[in-house]
Amino acid sequence: MKKHLLPVILGLAGAAMTAGVASAATLDSVKAKGFVQCGVNTGLPGFAAPDDKGNWTGLDVDYCKAVAAVVFGDSTKVKFTPLSAKDRFTALQSGEIDMLSRNTTWTMSRDTQMGLTFAGVNYYDGQGFIVKKALGVDSALKLDGASICVQSGTTTELNLADYFAGNNIKFTPVVFEKVDEVNAAYEAGRCDAMTTDASGLYAYRLTFQQPDAHIVLPEIISKEPLGPVVRAGDVQWLNIVKWTHDALLEAEEYGITSKNVDELKKSSTNPNVKRILAADDSKFGEAMGVPNTWAYTLIKQMGNYGEIFDRNVGAGSPLKIERGLNALWSKGGLQYSPPIR
Amino acid sequence: MTADTGIVTHTPSETARLAGPTQPSALNDPKVRAIGYQLVLAIFVIAFGWWITGNVIENLRRANIASGFDFLSGRAGFEILFSLIPFSANESYGRAFFVGLLNTAYVSVIGIILATIIGFTVGIARLSPNFLLRSIATIYVEFFRNIPPLLQLLFWYKAVLALLPSPRAGFVLPGDIFLNNRGLILPKPVAEAGAGIVFAAAVLAIIAAIFVSRWATQRRVLTGATFPTVKVVLALLFGLPCLAFVIMGGPFTMDVPVLQGFNFRGGMVVAPEFMALLLGLSVYTGAFIAEIVRGGILAVSKGQTEAAGSLGLTRTQMLRLVIVPQAMRVIIPPLTNQYLNLTKNSSLAVAIGYPDLVAVFAGTVLNQTGQAIEVIAITMLVYLTMSLLTSALMNWFNLRMALVER
Repeated sequence: MKKHLLPVILGLAGAAMTAGVASAATLDSVKAKGFVQCGVNTGLPGFAAPDDKGNWTGLDVDYCKAVAAVVFGDSTKVKFTPLSAKDRFTALQSGEIDMLSRNTTWTMSRDTQMGLTFAGVNYYDGQGFIVKKALGVDSALKLDGASICVQSGTTTELNLADYFAGNNIKFTPVVFEKVDEVNAAYEAGRCDAMTTDASGLYAYRLTFQQPDAHIVLPEIISKEPLGPVVRAGDVQWLNIVKWTHDALLEAEEYGITSKNVDELKKSSTNPNVKRILAADDSKFGEAMGVPNTWAYTLIKQMGNYGEIFDRNVGAGSPLKIERGLNALWSKGGLQYSPPIR
Repeated sequence: MTADTGIVTHTPSETARLAGPTQPSALNDPKVRAIGYQLVLAIFVIAFGWWITGNVIENLRRANIASGFDFLSGRAGFEILFSLIPFSANESYGRAFFVGLLNTAYVSVIGIILATIIGFTVGIARLSPNFLLRSIATIYVEFFRNIPPLLQLLFWYKAVLALLPSPRAGFVLPGDIFLNNRGLILPKPVAEAGAGIVFAAAVLAIIAAIFVSRWATQRRVLTGATFPTVKVVLALLFGLPCLAFVIMGGPFTMDVPVLQGFNFRGGMVVAPEFMALLLGLSVYTGAFIAEIVRGGILAVSKGQTEAAGSLGLTRTQMLRLVIVPQAMRVIIPPLTNQYLNLTKNSSLAVAIGYPDLVAVFAGTVLNQTGQAIEVIAITMLVYLTMSLLTSALMNWFNLRMALVER
């Protein structure tokens, strides 16, 4: 037996050594395997949830597809990994996924201490509370002594403690790992209130047995800029994800939609539009390591930011969330893209 | 072949050659070669560990992921449902670790005590001559032993305790005790001046009880005279603190919970998450312990029971004086296993929101700091230490209970 052990160990060590050299070029590995592995929420209607046919849909899901459209010219070349809030960063750090698009709040420590880089903000959110109407509470400041259900490992958990400490009122946290468990405990009456990002509160309310019996309190207690995340140190891949988002915004700003993109590519005289759609032989895609028609296929297959917003969370969806902060900068919102030039 | 197995077989001609004047080379000595292989293996294992560690540190540095244990002194910033030591968001991650550790230890220790009581009761009941008692015990064991513990936890939490009414419509039990979906809310005794004397009396009573029982055993061994040890010890344990309590004029006040706003204010709260975890763990492990106890008792030869019976001992006396002491020698080793299992299973708490070590430290702290390797390593080390400690304690107990042969 001993004789056989040695080569086995040598082999193991060798295998570990080759596996240990982490590849920095995410784009190469994505191209080699033929799809983008994207981390999404386990189920947040409007952002990432499987529909009745089992297909993933939502704003965050569309961002995964958008990156696939940019890299492969085909938005279907994407695979999804549903992740709990607790597992999401480890999955990205370890290389299990290529990008994380899971309503994740951009914070300084996540950017500087965790080996991650945020690639933009695809949804400006803020944390709120939902309570049962029967409780007779109309303000978060009246929640003194309440039990509050919250998901573990989120900025929400920290904001909650800060808000109550800042207002000198007390609460009892009831913490679960999975959002389904948070919802179930709140609905079962274990908690007086539930807290998460306001968009999430509206989305989850739709899934409750009696949505009308619950009310979202007016206070927004935090800034929650949500966006896609990539591993730090791979600028090429960061640029692809970042400029995918920016191209969606630019397209909306210049009125390019999935319906008129073909026509505009042929006939538009606007130099901005021509540059974005590479109708003037621009080579922006090549410089980034993707086809030059990247933005054209992106908009053709996914639509612009406004279209994505509308069909997933906006007027065209059951959530009916106003654009608000997420309107373009030119329309009183915060969504602003650096120019593509 | 011979070098591998260590068994040396020689044909007669070889034996003759070996016995000759030429000394065989040390390289051909199976013992030397075996040691050589072991050395090479050890060097490789150490080198492998060294390389892995270096590789991890280097890659973390390259990926710009913070490493090291400095994060433990950082501000936690989150609240915890239930804590044995004072905790707030302003405390450190290190303190959050201790909160989680104590919560795990708390539910494990109480769970072990409860599971042992359940296990011994049911195990003995399974051997009862009473048909009804025996059947109930059998059904209990077969039912709870064969359902996964996670499922049982979810059952207790979601199907039993979650159905309790809201605080405003909850049950009011005698003695200012309230039961609702926020948990079991009890009045909390608050110590006032003079309470120290009562505690001192309790400690004194325990010391006296140990002394009395030792003295009584010694006297019985020497003279054969019996002494009502149990009665005297009970009288000491209850009487002395009660006496002190009365003399000091009852130096405790009750902090009675009052329904105010959403929840009860004051008193002590036993959270439903804790109740569900405790119930789930002790009922599940209790079923296994019952079988171990039954097996242990059956391992004591029937002759012992018959001999005890012929001495005129009652069934209780037979169990207490003859059967159980001998059965313990068979019971303790597998019992240790069950205690370890219970401690490890307590990490399932994460599924029902009880803030144990895994939920608080390997959950929230890991996610807020992103330092997965350090956090998971510490957590594993803690479980390992707890298991080894339990093992050591039970080995010591086993040694004490073992048959002393002369």
